[in-house]
Amino acid sequence: MRELVTEHRLNIVLALVLLGGPLIAHFADEPFLVTLATRATILALAGVGLNIALGLGGLVSFGHAAFFGLGGYAVGILASHHQNYEPLMTAPFLINGTNQMLVLWLVAIVVSGLAALVIGALSLRTSGVYFIMITLAFAQMIYYFAISWPAYGGEDGLSIYVRNAFPGLNTLRPLDFFLLCYAVLIVVLFAQWKMTGARFGIALQAVRQNEGRVAALGLSPYKIRLAAFVISGMVTGLAGALYADLNRFVSPSMMSWHLSGEIMVFIILGGVARLFGPVVGACLFVLFEHAFGSVTEHWQFFLGAALLAVVLFARGGFIGLVAGRVRHD
Amino acid sequence: MTVALFLEQILNGLQLGVMLFLMAAGLTLIFGVMGLINLAHGSLFMVGGFVCAAVAAWTGSFWIGLVASLAAAAALGALVEIVVIRRLYDRDHLDQVLATFALVLMFSEGVRFVFGSFPLYLDPPAFLSGPVMLPGGLPYPAYRLAIIIAGLAVAAGLGLLISKTRLGMQIRAGEADREMIAALGVDIRFLYTVVFALGAALAGFAGALIGAIQSVQVGMGEPVLILAFVVIVIGGIGSIRGALVAALIVGLVDTMGRFLLPTLLAHVMEASAARGVGSALASMLIYLLMAVVLVFKPKGLFPANA
Repeated sequence: MRELVTEHRLNIVLALVLLGGPLIAHFADEPFLVTLATRATILALAGVGLNIALGLGGLVSFGHAAFFGLGGYAVGILASHHQNYEPLMTAPFLINGTNQMLVLWLVAIVVSGLAALVIGALSLRTSGVYFIMITLAFAQMIYYFAISWPAYGGEDGLSIYVRNAFPGLNTLRPLDFFLLCYAVLIVVLFAQWKMTGARFGIALQAVRQNEGRVAALGLSPYKIRLAAFVISGMVTGLAGALYADLNRFVSPSMMSWHLSGEIMVFIILGGVARLFGPVVGACLFVLFEHAFGSVTEHWQFFLGAALLAVVLFARGGFIGLVAGRVRHD
Repeated sequence: MTVALFLEQILNGLQLGVMLFLMAAGLTLIFGVMGLINLAHGSLFMVGGFVCAAVAAWTGSFWIGLVASLAAAAALGALVEIVVIRRLYDRDHLDQVLATFALVLMFSEGVRFVFGSFPLYLDPPAFLSGPVMLPGGLPYPAYRLAIIIAGLAVAAGLGLLISKTRLGMQIRAGEADREMIAALGVDIRFLYTVVFALGAALAGFAGALIGAIQSVQVGMGEPVLILAFVVIVIGGIGSIRGALVAALIVGLVDTMGRFLLPTLLAHVMEASAARGVGSALASMLIYLLMAVVLVFKPKGLFPANA
């Protein structure tokens, strides 16, 4: 129990650091650092999404960049129709583009959730290495589709000229947009925390630990996993929507398998199945990229070396290092 | 004319399929024997291409380049197995994916550091550089035909190696029961290194052959790696025969889809839209094929150890 209390305290400290850093940067007149923190926050959200499937459910999805990209494209496509004053469709009924983030987020969540439903329903028929390869392959399918579909920029991507709007905020100001993303992250983390202790969360973790016993209790492991996969895809899709507005640009590279790998890296750097694991991991990743990226263009070599060292020698990630290991299951 | 074009596309599909087999065979062997998922297999493909291009440019001989790429990929494979991969056999798949993903990042940047960001070019050997006349008066690049023949020969050789030799017997035994063959006195660590180096050599060989068709550049192995995953999923993980059949199916479906779909769609919609929709659909075709196989045969067409 003592360890859990430590992790709880650590999480509160981490949440405050992630809030305090950009606030200080804002008042020190360093808008670039605020944007950097926003990037870390959004990537953290993508990692939180994957952590629901991977950490809690034990589903090693190597295709989460697809949901990230679909969320981004949902925003990009609707915003481009809004800025060109062209309706998205006219028949059988009129659908216009929009620049309202709340609507865009909803669409992004629905689109990525539906994609996760289809991909999950097929992929979850298998497990283990098959599941890894199949989620990777489906993500690659969507990636190639985005590249070869000419209507929305194809390989060149799609620009959003003005960041979309949120009621009561000026999203063009870096601090406002950061606070918005931060609030979304905290709300999702709170929901995940609640879910982990609720019936569904317990069932999901039970499925990871012993599928047979859960089935013997009369629950369907397949349905529980599928639900977790869909929720996971939705959260990552929402992160993609925010990322599109951060860069005011979406492109197929949001769906590349490198990004799927990186989202997974956030989790392992921070600590698998830890609530704040992806948050720590994404922050470390962004800091690493920023620090090494300014020294050498070959920073990814050192990222690889660091990742290899963590996997081989430091299992449990940052939170495992600081707060100790969770009881082994 | 159309028949000739059709035949040409079928040969192109076979050539892609044979290449995919060389990749998928190594992946499926490594998974079958050691239970390891190896994302860095695409990097070995890339290393093969680079070594062949660099050595061929230096010595002026494609063949020396080809031999050098085989040796380099096998040696690098053995080195990586001994230094890193060996520590991953007892880990779960997540650790294997992340560690080999780390290797991908390191290899890509390492190659970029050594060779620069610009692609290298590799010419096929002189006597294979022209076209050959196929029956029916169709000219077809001799080099591509040579790739098909070489790939099928390697497939046959691999089949013989696994079914007829002592090493092959150990590999099959390793797939069936690792602990047991270790208990029978086979040096299992050495066997693992050999299997990994064999897979690496196949990947490097494929990379060197492909290098003379496309440009040799960083990241060239990644699309091939993912296609090879699709092949393995369709064929059944651990099955060499499945890998061969699935590789040829995937190669043909992908090539014919890209060739036929835009033309077929042009009958139902206007030409430019048909090109766009057709190429987008064609790029998804093999993944849809994979989804269909999954629905009916979740363990692949030729499930190993079933």
